[in-house]
Amino acid sequence: MTQAPELKLVPTPGQTVGPFFGYALPYEKDSELLAPGHPRSIRLHGNVVDGDGAPIPDALLEIWQADETGAISRETGSLVRDGYTFTGFGRAAVDNVGHYTFTTVNPGPTESGKAPFIAMTVFARGLTNRLFTRIYLPEDTEALADDPLLASLDAERRQTMIAEREADGSLRFDLRLQGGAETVFLSYPRES
Amino acid sequence: MSQPPVGGQQPALDPAATMDSQDKLTGEIESIGADYAAAGRLETQPRLDYPPYRSSLLRHPTKDPHHADPETIELWAPAFGQRDVHPLEADLTIQHNGEPIGERIVVAGRVLDGDGRPVRNQLIELWQANAAGRYMHKRDQHPAPLDPNFTGVGRAITGPNGEYSFTTIKPAPYPWKNHHNAWRPAHIHFSLFGTDFTQRMITQMYFPGDPLFALDPIYQTIVDPKARERLVATYDHSITSHEWATGYNWDIVLTGSNRTWMEDDAQDEEH
Ligand SMILES: [Fe+2]
Repeated sequence: MTQAPELKLVPTPGQTVGPFFGYALPYEKDSELLAPGHPRSIRLHGNVVDGDGAPIPDALLEIWQADETGAISRETGSLVRDGYTFTGFGRAAVDNVGHYTFTTVNPGPTESGKAPFIAMTVFARGLTNRLFTRIYLPEDTEALADDPLLASLDAERRQTMIAEREADGSLRFDLRLQGGAETVFLSYPRES
Repeated sequence: MSQPPVGGQQPALDPAATMDSQDKLTGEIESIGADYAAAGRLETQPRLDYPPYRSSLLRHPTKDPHHADPETIELWAPAFGQRDVHPLEADLTIQHNGEPIGERIVVAGRVLDGDGRPVRNQLIELWQANAAGRYMHKRDQHPAPLDPNFTGVGRAITGPNGEYSFTTIKPAPYPWKNHHNAWRPAHIHFSLFGTDFTQRMITQMYFPGDPLFALDPIYQTIVDPKARERLVATYDHSITSHEWATGYNWDIVLTGSNRTWMEDDAQDEEH
């Protein structure tokens, strides 16, 4: 791969989502990429905590992912869900104790042999710009070992991006914005 | 409706609230600004670690972001369209039975990527306080009037040239609990998607000449003066309409698409 070309324009700066997004950004079924109880559905959930380990009650999370076959949806309708179309996008405000829940599917690999993951964006009051991370599925250990991003991290940091599979099939993924087990957050090429 | 986190804790006292004076805060802001100017290294985005914004103290990552080469899912973004957003959602002044109180304005501009390409058919969301500086949000307890004719939430899908236009009411400054006598400059919150998920951003638009800019630890999280001016709209008389509304122009630039240049690159290799 060649070097990414220089940007022509300087990107507009981000700002915190602030405390009052709760009446504007959440919408009906925002966190339900699939109806809860649907035979294909799984629960993705976890806590969002600060540098003291205290829950962050005013965070907003978004996910974007492929379906079980690894296909990326090009369908509209994430804001007005019809109950049948998988659009791949979801949004969840955390509750008063910093816990979030999505209803979704296990993503498949977008190319065979690749480790599947869910892309996530984090917003919160007190967080001055959005953060990006990935939620890897824990099962395909061979693909995880081959993943270039995970391979570039030490074992402890790598673990912060791999979800835990619970007995009922749920995925558990906690976010720590600061501190010892701080979640790995990502930067991408061409951000400036 | 999935419920936002309302009630319970907050807002009587923000846990991070202090009784520091504006003079102390302004001193901190100016000292960080002077250090930045002396260092001579350009920054174009806000600092995650910005102590004058007290709520950021325990909420900023301490490790540098880890570089990732985007994978396929990150090179695409969710698709939004007419099914998601009704055209009338771009007019925040017609959501109730009566006219909202305040100065009617039009905010219009384009969404571009870092290569100057228009971001078409993509979702823009905004939210804001009313003409008295009050949000229609249960946690906002600023004793200023709510306006029964103004919610302050709008949405739009960008046009073929990345263009958008919202009709709304000019929001007022409002107090917050970062320090004693803390006031936010008037602003509108904007949420944007690009062609790649990696371009996702949320920001705030400000109005020209606001006297609170120098005092506001959120605006000042962007330590570079030119960079933060990119958040200030321009008064534009060509957007102003006769006997109806004054107009502001604000263009938004997202980061560079990685999909488009990698595709171009792949095509070059095929030739
Ligand atoms: Fe605000």
